[in-house]
Amino acid sequence: MSTDPLVAEGIGMRFGERAALHDVTFTASPGEIVAVTGPNGAGKTTLLSILAGLLQPTTGSVSHDVRRVGWVPQQAAVYRKLSVAENLRLFARLERVDDVDAAVSRMLDQAGLRERSGDELGALSGGNQQRVNIAIGLLSDPPVLLLDEPSSSLDPRQREILWSFVSGLARERSTTVVFTSHNVSEAERYADRVLVLADGELLFAGTPAELQATVGEATDFESAFVGFLHEQGH
Amino acid sequence: MGALRFLLVKDLQILRRSPLLVVLLALYAIVIGLPVGYAVSRPPSKPKVAFYNAVPPSSNTFQLGGKSLDASTYADKLFDAIDPIRVDSRQAAIDKVKSGEAVAALIVPQNVTDALQSAINLSGSPQRPTLQVYYAADNPLKRRYVEDTITAQVAKANQALGQELTKVAGQYLGILLKGGGFSILGQKLEVLGLQRSAQVLQGVAAALPEGDPKIAAIEQVRRFAQLAIDNLDLSDSVLASISDPIAVKVRTVDGPTSSLDGYAVAAAVTIALMFVGLLVAAGMLALEREEHAYGRLVRGLVGRTTLVVEKVLLGALVAAVIALALVLLLSLFQPVRFERAGLWVGALVAGALGFGAMGVAVGALTRDVRASSLLAFLLSLPVAALALVPSGAVGATAYDIVQVVGSLFPFKPTLQALDAGLNNAGPGLVGALAHLAALVAAYVVLARIGLRRFGART
Repeated sequence: MSTDPLVAEGIGMRFGERAALHDVTFTASPGEIVAVTGPNGAGKTTLLSILAGLLQPTTGSVSHDVRRVGWVPQQAAVYRKLSVAENLRLFARLERVDDVDAAVSRMLDQAGLRERSGDELGALSGGNQQRVNIAIGLLSDPPVLLLDEPSSSLDPRQREILWSFVSGLARERSTTVVFTSHNVSEAERYADRVLVLADGELLFAGTPAELQATVGEATDFESAFVGFLHEQGH
Repeated sequence: MGALRFLLVKDLQILRRSPLLVVLLALYAIVIGLPVGYAVSRPPSKPKVAFYNAVPPSSNTFQLGGKSLDASTYADKLFDAIDPIRVDSRQAAIDKVKSGEAVAALIVPQNVTDALQSAINLSGSPQRPTLQVYYAADNPLKRRYVEDTITAQVAKANQALGQELTKVAGQYLGILLKGGGFSILGQKLEVLGLQRSAQVLQGVAAALPEGDPKIAAIEQVRRFAQLAIDNLDLSDSVLASISDPIAVKVRTVDGPTSSLDGYAVAAAVTIALMFVGLLVAAGMLALEREEHAYGRLVRGLVGRTTLVVEKVLLGALVAAVIALALVLLLSLFQPVRFERAGLWVGALVAGALGFGAMGVAVGALTRDVRASSLLAFLLSLPVAALALVPSGAVGATAYDIVQVVGSLFPFKPTLQALDAGLNNAGPGLVGALAHLAALVAAYVVLARIGLRRFGART
């Protein structure tokens, strides 16, 4: 696994007259889990899309080639008429994975879907579809994994399984994980570091504890987050 | 090529998992294609026909049974069912057909009244008066309809002339029966008549002693007999003149044309190609978006151009298979020239690629399968209608606009290519294939530009 950190340098993005991101710079180390959070319209998905290579930034650069970055979109990007195994096999071939069958088998085990490998995706629950969605993002064993609102369609039990799986990747395989979330408690609980975006600007980059410390009177992380945004005029 | 092949196999798997949709699509294309293909064989009600009358006004009359008749009286009967565009020369009339302003050109040659006069005289004529008709070769339904129309109207004119000729024939029969004078080959002749011949012969027989020749009376009988023999020699042309005084000579402009039924097969297959090619290519490209897979694919796994080309090939493949099945089905009821299979299969594949390319352009402009299907349907009907507007059905300017707009879509070149492949019809296969190739390239570029709208959002 790569030991290179993910570096985003001076990322700016404009859609016509509107600035979606302004001079965002951060680094994520191997094995680190970074949460990107902020209010609606803050630019979280735009930042992740640039990191994933879907959008070219107006200014700035990203250190990693897109082929070394696994990407898991918010909505399951899978073919509902194909089975679990067929989806995995298709994307493994498109990713030019050396041993397609081994990669598919590994992901079926990691996603806990071996028994349902022959089922059409459309017949699976939203949670299971999301597990396949994540498994596809991991097929090429990328050193960096980007997850866009990964738990938004999952129930608490499935969410727990998801984060256990993602934490294991970071811990055991040194995968750099960057995820976006509205859920600040999820960011507090699972992220090593938090990036707070608002109106396209990076307002904070640090640990959840450091964020909480910036707002002295807050009793919990969510209150600290809201208080911080108030202090910053958002 | 690997990515293209993987995507193609994936899409075929998806279609295979949707058998009801595919069967309905195939049935729809065939059920719509067949009746529309044959329905478009029904031509406009009153076609425009370029008309050139080379006969000078002073030569418009001819003599029949001592009466002077005006040929224009009979020519006007032709205009009961056609809308004439009067022109000043033969070439101008043919040009009207070539430009599509008229479905046919009707030309009355300069010698027609002389030939008519000659034909209805007992002198007989080696050449009947002949009208000349030129048809456009691009559409056999126009040819058949105008041919039927002109034939029917010429028959009416012939009937009117025939009535006059019947009166004359009655006079001739009276002369033959009772005797009298008439003109033949410029000479005035006195005819004895059958009745008087009988009387003469009876008198001669009664009065003459056996062996005493009455030369004069016998000579009269001999002349009558000889005249009857001479006139019988002319009877074929005289009878033809009475039954069908005016003939029609048909020519086509710009190459051969197919039979109407062969054209209907080409039209039905083109319609099937259009529906299947458009809907499959547009729908399957939109499906990538609807399944949110588009973003995942184009971030390094598959190039956007590869994705477009794959959908073109997919739409063309499915459309070609279904259209081929339709041709085989139709071959049970209509003659299909399998010895030309290489040509019409090539035309069918080229048409399928044309509609597949148009389909991806539609799919690139829409965000989901329902929108792409709706847009494909909305485009299909006017595209087909534009291509099937016959020349002469609208004004010259409108027809030019229809031609230009129609040339932007693959329907007309596909129909021409299939008609050429199946029926050896004009204007030929090469031009239509080149037209389709240009359209495929243009639609692929258009689709590629349209995909920019997808951007990063999946």
